[in-house]
Parts: sequence; C-alpha cells; structure tokens
Amino acid sequence: MENLLLMMAPLFSSKLLLVLFFGTLFGLILGVLPGLGPTTGGALILPFTMTLDPLSAVVLLTSIYCAGTYGGAITAILINTPGTPAAAATCLDGYPLAQKGEAGRALGMATVSSVVGGIFSVIVLVFFAPFLAKLAYEFGQPEYFALAIFGLTMLASIGDGSPIKNLIAGAFGILISTVGKDFMTSIDRFTYGINELSVGIGFIPVVVGLFAISEMLTQSTLLNQVFKRVALKAVRLPTLEDYKLTWKTILRSSGIGSFIGVLPAEGGTVASLIGYSEAKRWSKKPEEFGKGSIEGIAGAEAANNSATGGAMVPTLALGIPGSATTAVILTGLIIHGVRPGPDLFREQPEFLYGIFGSMLIANIMFFVLGFFGAKIFARITLVPNKLLWPMIFAVSVCGTYSLSQSLLDVWIMLLFGVIGFFMRRFGFSVVPVIIGLILGELVEGTLRQSLVIFDGNWLMFLKRPIALSFFILSLIALAFPLLRKKNK
Amino acid sequence: MNNVRKQKRANKNLPFFFKDEFRVSFIIIFISSILLISTFSFDIVPPILNRGIQPATFPKALLVLIISLTLLIYYLSIKKPWEVQKKIPKTFFLTLLSFLIFVIVSKTLDFFLAISLLSFLVSYHWGERRIFYLVLVSIIFPIIVFIFFETILGLRFPPGIITNIYYKF
Repeated sequence: MENLLLMMAPLFSSKLLLVLFFGTLFGLILGVLPGLGPTTGGALILPFTMTLDPLSAVVLLTSIYCAGTYGGAITAILINTPGTPAAAATCLDGYPLAQKGEAGRALGMATVSSVVGGIFSVIVLVFFAPFLAKLAYEFGQPEYFALAIFGLTMLASIGDGSPIKNLIAGAFGILISTVGKDFMTSIDRFTYGINELSVGIGFIPVVVGLFAISEMLTQSTLLNQVFKRVALKAVRLPTLEDYKLTWKTILRSSGIGSFIGVLPAEGGTVASLIGYSEAKRWSKKPEEFGKGSIEGIAGAEAANNSATGGAMVPTLALGIPGSATTAVILTGLIIHGVRPGPDLFREQPEFLYGIFGSMLIANIMFFVLGFFGAKIFARITLVPNKLLWPMIFAVSVCGTYSLSQSLLDVWIMLLFGVIGFFMRRFGFSVVPVIIGLILGELVEGTLRQSLVIFDGNWLMFLKRPIALSFFILSLIALAFPLLRKKNK
Repeated sequence: MNNVRKQKRANKNLPFFFKDEFRVSFIIIFISSILLISTFSFDIVPPILNRGIQPATFPKALLVLIISLTLLIYYLSIKKPWEVQKKIPKTFFLTLLSFLIFVIVSKTLDFFLAISLLSFLVSYHWGERRIFYLVLVSIIFPIIVFIFFETILGLRFPPGIITNIYYKF
C-alpha cells in the first residue's frame, strides 16, 4: 500500500507531471523521426538533465524511452520506415494495412497494444525488480564480476549482427573505460600526456558521438531516399472484433517482451521480432501476416513496448543495462550520483517507486497524445534532413561541451561519430560499445577486488556457486549463436 | 540492384588487400597492436603495493582478446565474405570535411562561428539552396541554442571573435 502511494507521488507533483509531459512529447517526436529514436534522443537530452534533480532527470529519460518506443510505430505504419529499430516488425503489417485505407485502424491497434504492453511491463518491473535486488544482496565482488561477464556475453547471443563483432565492440567499450587514472593505483593509462584524459573519457561524448553524430554521417549517405506516405484521417480505437482477435496476442507478446527486456541485450528490437513471429505461429490466419494483419501489429507493438519495463529491471536492480536506451538511462543515473543496485531499493524506495509510477503515467500520456496527435506527429517526418541534422549537430556540440566545458569532449564526440559510422557500415553494432563502457569499471573493479580476496587464485571463482552459475550461463550465451546456426 | 550485383562481381575479383574484410581487420589489429605496445610503457606497481593484478594487465588482456577475435572474423570471412557495401557518396566526404573545418574554426576563430559555418555547409551540401532556410539553420537556430545554453544552463562558451563581442555586452 505504501509502495502504491509512492508510485502515485508523481501525480501530485506539478513539476514531475510537467517533466513527464515534455518527456512524452519529446519521446514521441524522436520516435517518429527515422534515425533518431529514444536512444539518440536520450543521449542528446543527457546534458540538459544536469539542471534537474535526479528523480526528474530519470523521469524525463524514462518517459522519452516509453513514448519513443511507441512513436516508431507511427512512421512504420504511415511511411513504411521504422522510426526506431524496435518498430521494424510493425512495418510488415502496419504499412500494408495503411495502404488498404485503414491507417487509422492500424495506428489505433498499435497505440492500444503499446499501452497494454507498456503497463504490463511496469507491473513486471514493480514486482520483479525488488525481488532481483534482494537476490543481489547475496552477491559479492566475484558474483558481480561473473554477472557483468554474463551481461556482456548476452550481447553475442541476441544482439544485432554478428556475435563475434558484438564481442569485439563490447571489448572496445571496456577498453575505453580503462583510459585515465587507474582507480586502484592512480597510474595513468592511455593518457599519452594529455592531462584532461586523466579523468577518463566521459560517457556523454561517446554516447552522443556513437548515436547522434554517426547517424548524421549515415544520413549523409541516404539523401536520395524517397518515402511513400500514406494519408491519415484520424486514429481509430480498435473495434470489439479487433479486441477479440488480438487480446491473447497482446498478452502473449507483453509477456515475451518483458522477459526479453530483462535479459541484458537489445530488448525492444529482438522482443518485437519474437513477438511478431509468435503471433504468426499462434494465429488462426497466419496467411494474412505480411499483408496487413491486425494481429501482426498487435504482436510486434505489445512486445517492443513491454521490453521497456523489462529492460529497466536489471538496470535498476543490478546496474546492468537491459537495452541501448537503458544504458543511456543508467548513464543519467550515474552522472547524477545514483548507483543502481540493491542498496538503492533499501535506501531510496521513494526514488524508485517514483520512476515506476512515472513510467506508468508516461504510458497513459502517450496513449492520449498518440491517439489525438498522431496526425500532427506524422507531419514531423516532413522536416527535411538537410535542416534537421545541422540543428541536431548544434545541440549535440553544445550539450557535449556543457558538461565539463572542455573542447576535448567535443573532439572525442566527433571521433566517436566517425568510428560509429564505420562500425555500423561494416556490421558492428554500436550498442555493445556503450554497454561495455558502462560495465567496464564494474568488470575490472570486481575482477581485481576478487583477486585480492582470493589472493590471486583464479580458480576460487569456480568455488562460488552463484558466480559459477553465471559463468555457465555465459558459456551457454556464447554457444547459443553457434547452436542456432547449426539448427538452421 | 544491377549495380550491387556488378559491384559484388567486381569485389570477388579484387586482390585480398582491397577487400573490406581485410582492410577492416587490418586496421583493428594495427591500432590494437599499437595500443598493446603502449601498455608496456605503463608504470609498474611495486609488489608490496600491488593488490591483485598490475594496472596494465587488464587492458593488455582486452587488446589480445580484440586481436584474437578480429583474426577469427577475418578467418570466417574467407569462407563467408561480408556483404558488399554501396560506395560512399560524395556528400559523406563533404560532411566529414565540414567536421574538419568545424574543428579548425572552433580552435582558431570562434566556437559559435564554427557551429554556424558547419550548419551552413552541411545544409548546403545536402541540397538546401533556399536562402531563408540556410539563414534559419546557420544563424537563427545556433543563436537560439547559444542563448539557451548561456542563460538557462549557465554555460560559458570558449572565447572567440564573436563570443567575445557577446560577452562584452
């Protein structure tokens, strides 16, 4: 009861409600614009959050996450281009249905299933995150090391692209985290006499570079792309018939999405693809999939939105990001001095339940905004890239500079923009770099502290049951892509 | 489609050192090797102060891992070549050149001027020719961003020919 009251606290704070409203609105705009999305948008907004208190900052980021994930569906349905990667599966049936003159029905179903999936995942978050946090009390340094390794190996199994390339990208991310003074001995590493590098490479220049600047360079190669737009009259709520047809799909996909979200990897994209294929497998009319099936839209949208709450579970309970956007949210928490983990649940329950409550409200807000404003949001895609991206560049540069008022951060951002462009071009996902960067300190710190505890005996890791379980899970995660390939 | 096929065929006949697989692997291994060599110059902690492993050990292990995995992807690419990428268009290089101009101008003349110039160059190279929109993107919007960061976030921009005039008033 007390927790429920804590969850409702944002409703009674005009400041938080305002932050939620702007976050949801901004998230929807970002979700609608192809190439942007909640991850890049979250990275762009991070420097601005410094002016807010920690709770408002995280509420802003999480509302962008929830609304941005849904916003991708609007573009997917109307112009056959997913606004976010997680909306890719929505294109498969959303656009064909819109072409049949039922864009309003498709968007209505996408909105309803997104909201149901989102709320379902918040419920999972509320019940599962404290449970996981309690479990984490059993963890010592060796267990955290094994958990971080598990988180990184998961990238190989279910992340985008080649598993080995993802591992290289993850290792690169950890390597970046080693730049600067070694935290145990204060010895400089990879600083090459540059004093500013002694404090290490900041999260924000890397995140903004890898997401926003590399996307800008990618957009510079796609200038001739022409979108075919389907006209939208108004968003229509699903009919009773539609509900009868899809309620099982929505619930199933919500469960799948929440589960996939909890696993440390690219939650929403993988969740929507699995949600979509499961909807097809269980459907009485699988032949309609790909031609405008309402079940296909419901399956994909419920799954990708339910991954949002799921991905917040390991982020808040263990400090291990469940997706690319939660990696940005985790960065936001860290720069505000909040260290996620079991202690956070014990010491600051009002902070956590404030986040849960705001995620719930954000889902309701994007339902209202999406339902009445989809037509307006769809028009945002008309802003040409040749105007949009120079503006994003100006915001990125000033935002990155603002953190420590250092031009070096701006050069680092540009460098990572170029690195990110070539990584994407050659099939390396940039998400593992961010996750590696965030987990780097945890991986090295816990490894070295464990070795101190074990007196340098590596085999002692295998005598800790929880750590051993995570190592076994890591091996399974590494072997999974090979097994999947063999099965194919 | 035909162009991609033609490029694919042409790519097959290329010597190995012109193929993406080799070039990418070579660059990763080359940079990693340089970084690996540099780790040998990290200071060493005396045994009495050393807790656990030396500060250089962890980065060394990561670099060896990166090199080994890169060798593995190169080996696998011999059996299954990577997807052929479309040629990078001129606009990409012009955007990259604009970045370089941005760095030079912000370092030598003015940070605000550099943002303004980059916005103009990118917008122009990407096809914008309408004067109003070019002014909007390169002058009006950067001024809004500048004032926003300066007044609301209390940011002090680095000194430069335009920024100094602003701060004088």
